[in-house]
Amino acid sequence: MELKELVTRFIWLIPAAPLAGFIINGLWGRRFSKNFVTLIGCLGPFIALLVSIAGFRALSMIAPAERADGIVYTLYNWISAGSLHVDIQFIIDPLSSIMLLVVTGVGFLIHLYSIGYMGHDKGYSRYFAFLNLFMFAMLILVLANNLLMMFIGWEGVGLCSYLLIGFWFEDNEKASAGKKAFIVNRIGDFGFILAIFLIFTSCGTLTFSGISEQAKTLAPGVLTAIAILLFVGATGKSAQIPLYVWLPDAMAGPTPVSALIHAATMVTAGVYMVGRMSAIYVNSPEALIIVSIIGGLTALYAATIGLVQNDIKKVLAYSTISQLGYMFLGMGVMAFSAGIFHLVTHAFFKALLFLCAGSVIHAMSGEQDMRKMGGLWRKIPVTFACFVIGAIAIAGVPPFAGFFSKDEILWKTLERYETTHAGLYAVLWVIGLLSALMTAFYMFRLIAMTFFGAPRANEEIMHHVHESPFSMTSVLVTLAILSLIGGFIGVPHLLGGHNWIEGYLEPVWAHPESAGAVTTEAANHSMEIINIIVSVLAGLAGILGALLIYTKFTALPAKLTESNSGKFVHRIVYNKYYIDEIYNALVIQPIKYLSALLWLIFDMAIIDGGLVDLSATLIAVFSQLSRRIQNGIVNNYAMLIFIGAILMLCFFVAQMAA
Amino acid sequence: MNLGILTWLILLPVAASFALLFFKRDRTTEIKVFAFIVTLLIFLLSLELFVNFSAAKSGMQFEQIHAWIPQFGINYHVGVDGISLFLVLLTTLLGPICVLCSWKQIEKRIKEFFIALLLLEAGVIGVFVSLDLIMFYIFWEAMLIPMYLLIGIWGGESRIYAAVKFFIYTMVGSLLMFVAILYLYSRTGTFDVQGMQWKLHLPFAVQCWLFLAFGLSFAIKVPLFPFHTWLPWAHTEAPTAGSVILAGVLLKMGVYGFLRFAIPFFPQAAQYFTPAIAVLAIIGIIYGALMSLAQDDLKKLIAYSSVSHLGYVMLGIFAFNVRGMEGGIYQMLNHGVSTGALFLLVGFIYERRHTREISEYGGIAKVIPVYAVIFMIVTLSSIGLPGTNGFIGEFLILLGAFEARNIYGILAASGVVLGAAYMLWLYQRIFFGKITNPKNEHLEDVNKREMAYLLPLLILIFVMGLMPNIFLSRTAKSVNDFLKNQAAYFQGINKP
Repeated sequence: MELKELVTRFIWLIPAAPLAGFIINGLWGRRFSKNFVTLIGCLGPFIALLVSIAGFRALSMIAPAERADGIVYTLYNWISAGSLHVDIQFIIDPLSSIMLLVVTGVGFLIHLYSIGYMGHDKGYSRYFAFLNLFMFAMLILVLANNLLMMFIGWEGVGLCSYLLIGFWFEDNEKASAGKKAFIVNRIGDFGFILAIFLIFTSCGTLTFSGISEQAKTLAPGVLTAIAILLFVGATGKSAQIPLYVWLPDAMAGPTPVSALIHAATMVTAGVYMVGRMSAIYVNSPEALIIVSIIGGLTALYAATIGLVQNDIKKVLAYSTISQLGYMFLGMGVMAFSAGIFHLVTHAFFKALLFLCAGSVIHAMSGEQDMRKMGGLWRKIPVTFACFVIGAIAIAGVPPFAGFFSKDEILWKTLERYETTHAGLYAVLWVIGLLSALMTAFYMFRLIAMTFFGAPRANEEIMHHVHESPFSMTSVLVTLAILSLIGGFIGVPHLLGGHNWIEGYLEPVWAHPESAGAVTTEAANHSMEIINIIVSVLAGLAGILGALLIYTKFTALPAKLTESNSGKFVHRIVYNKYYIDEIYNALVIQPIKYLSALLWLIFDMAIIDGGLVDLSATLIAVFSQLSRRIQNGIVNNYAMLIFIGAILMLCFFVAQMAA
Repeated sequence: MNLGILTWLILLPVAASFALLFFKRDRTTEIKVFAFIVTLLIFLLSLELFVNFSAAKSGMQFEQIHAWIPQFGINYHVGVDGISLFLVLLTTLLGPICVLCSWKQIEKRIKEFFIALLLLEAGVIGVFVSLDLIMFYIFWEAMLIPMYLLIGIWGGESRIYAAVKFFIYTMVGSLLMFVAILYLYSRTGTFDVQGMQWKLHLPFAVQCWLFLAFGLSFAIKVPLFPFHTWLPWAHTEAPTAGSVILAGVLLKMGVYGFLRFAIPFFPQAAQYFTPAIAVLAIIGIIYGALMSLAQDDLKKLIAYSSVSHLGYVMLGIFAFNVRGMEGGIYQMLNHGVSTGALFLLVGFIYERRHTREISEYGGIAKVIPVYAVIFMIVTLSSIGLPGTNGFIGEFLILLGAFEARNIYGILAASGVVLGAAYMLWLYQRIFFGKITNPKNEHLEDVNKREMAYLLPLLILIFVMGLMPNIFLSRTAKSVNDFLKNQAAYFQGINKP
């Protein structure tokens, strides 16, 4: 009980510690020594990590039935306007406690990694300040106990993403990538904010517990509208179809940033938010179907693009989009725990993969094109080993972390086959399997191209290739261990586990009104076993296929892409289906032209030139004319007075006659 | 005799401008220091309003009434409520800031400049505290003259055209308003504002005509689309201090006019015209943002963004619910702070490079990092990032609009995306990339004087974003009373 009180009193430290780091390094960082910047920059996340661990401990000591209420602390009342009251209120419940550990844990590791990676950068203190600010925003997002406070973090992480993608702002392309990320996310946020309005007008509250209570009473149409609008927000932040386009460009940022923000934490915020709002989603079957379809399609779509990219970070970026699609597929089939489970394991292995890629790029003097790599494994063995562990994990080979979470999502999808929309879920399951196959393939294609074969870089670069310093490799090893064993928090009962994470998170989720769909596990054992076997086979097939093609039959890919039909398909996929170009032609250019045209023709010519200046001109012309009457000749005046008098006389006479 | 704080706030700048007459015109430093001390003093004095304002009280506070021309029932009558309180404070805050930002920029007729500036401040405060229609009208017109001079004498290249345009545009509106004021007097025999609020039971047709007469004048000042075309000119040509006052407080006089006069005097007409005004406001939000996207001139871009921001304000007010109106009033202050700061920042760079062309810049974040950081913070405030002031205003307005009619909120919220687009694009064009123009290689970063006038606004951006209740709690009562009176008025009509 004592620990709980202590944690309650100090929850605010979790976001405040990195915030303090941001302020100190942001204001005075350029004057500090590098070591001091490092100390300040890493101390905040470390304190946040410690308090988060304490929070997790404290929560575990509470009886499972009461855990959903969480540990709550109100800092102050933020906005009051009429019946709207929004508090800055933190909550540590099972969901946020897991997320906290991931964010602060992986976050802290990536801070450590950055010491080595960014060591020679001129903007070292600015980098750590931004990274700390990101931690602050992300932790606000995670700890929020109401939707509006979550929105602070939601847009806050978007800001940090913008700042860090464009970290090397002297390169205009990188600055543009940051801007693109912010604006595309704003489009998603447009949906998010409308959802907030709709929730407030229909529920009268924005707290998560309040929304959960009210959700059942809402009309189905309203529920679905809310759920879809929120999901629009999620497609922006978590890079799903149709708003994923910013994430590949976001690779312009420093690699640790890609690992932290664009792989492990921020981009999963959409999944987290859908989990938080499970009460809305379970009551809207239509919205769930949309979530699972978009998730499944994104998983497959991004995986196909990943197959043909040559930039090592771009492959990982599309892989991230694809894996996020997986998570949404899980959320869409109401396997909320599985979705979050995959979020956790993905954070481990994708952060690992990105950081390994960073280590490779570091070793290759900044080269990112895999066609210019090859033969690196002997030179950077630690990086290589860690990369292979990460790749096996993401490929879903047991007992690595990715196997359990991915398998759980596939199984829950397949299980839905027995409910309504059988065809849909069968197709989604096949899509999931296909994506798993492709994932394994592009990952080992990457490994083969990067680490195996003859070196394709020039002598000088190869001469410089060296293993990264201990501060970086130690982080790689830590994450590799997590990728290896992280899956054991969710070993399914079938395999003799307890699926701890499912049980731990269970109290958080809402359940659909028609609670008939509770799984009858015993009957499905055979199906579940088949699912495991098929999905493992898919992963292994991808691995073997890629290794064979890219080490033994190296001429095959070229042959394929040079055949007539292959060339066509390759070009489309390689150019990411031309979606960026299509958006540019359909949205961006028309708005640019519209605004320029409106300004020149409507604003300048019609309103200002036509209506305003013309009326002034008319008056001027009129006064020029009337000025002639006042010419100073008294005779004329007398004449006018006379005419006027006669007219008035006529008027009176006419009136009297009438 | 106890003059009362509000009277002091009007009198001090007037007296100070008289005192400036006796300064030798070449003692420019003394003139500036004097102007700064006076405006700072006025600001400190006005804090008394903030401290002693009672959030729980209905009606006017710090009220004073004296007979002025009793034959016509004209009184000297001043007071503030939750609606005008922060507008007065914003005006007094911008006073010393305007003096500081003009320190180096104004090079000719320095004495006259500060006289005009002080008279302008007095005029604006007068507008916000007057509770007598004649008094209000005098201040409303009087403040035009110093503004006209500021643009016409100390402005940019096309200053004469811009000044004349500004003057005639606003005069057209105010003449109609004057006719309407006289008509009201002929019907009621009084110029007392409070006596007419919610109490004038005029026939509907009369209400409509009078509402239009008042409303046109206010709509031009806001400016509501399509009466906005004077604004880009006036903003662009005015000196920095002129732009800051113009954006910071002058535009709010239009919104304030609707809140204080047009709506409470003619409630039925206001209700009748609400859909039209809301639609114009929404058009303004989107149209202003699109216009901003098309600009190559730094000041024009910000001027058009004002059209967009004031569109939000008007939409919030005409939502006629607690959140919309509180948000609208809040957004007026935000706009004063953020856009005021933006104009100060433009003035900063203009002083150094004497150009407003965006393409002249690029990559300067590397040369003047402090300036870049400040510009970024203000940009974020302008696009309504949560945690800054802009978010609170936009959120409450959009929520209020959504509550009034869903489609209003949905359409207006799309402006948020465009807002981010034009501001971030602007930022990129100025600050990011490599330095392409050699003239930008040796710019001087923010100095102490510049920091002194920017810092208060930066602090306000965060205070207003994180602790909005300081402000909302003081406007809440007036907004609630406004809505209660409005509801009571319509109940009175429906019950014969």
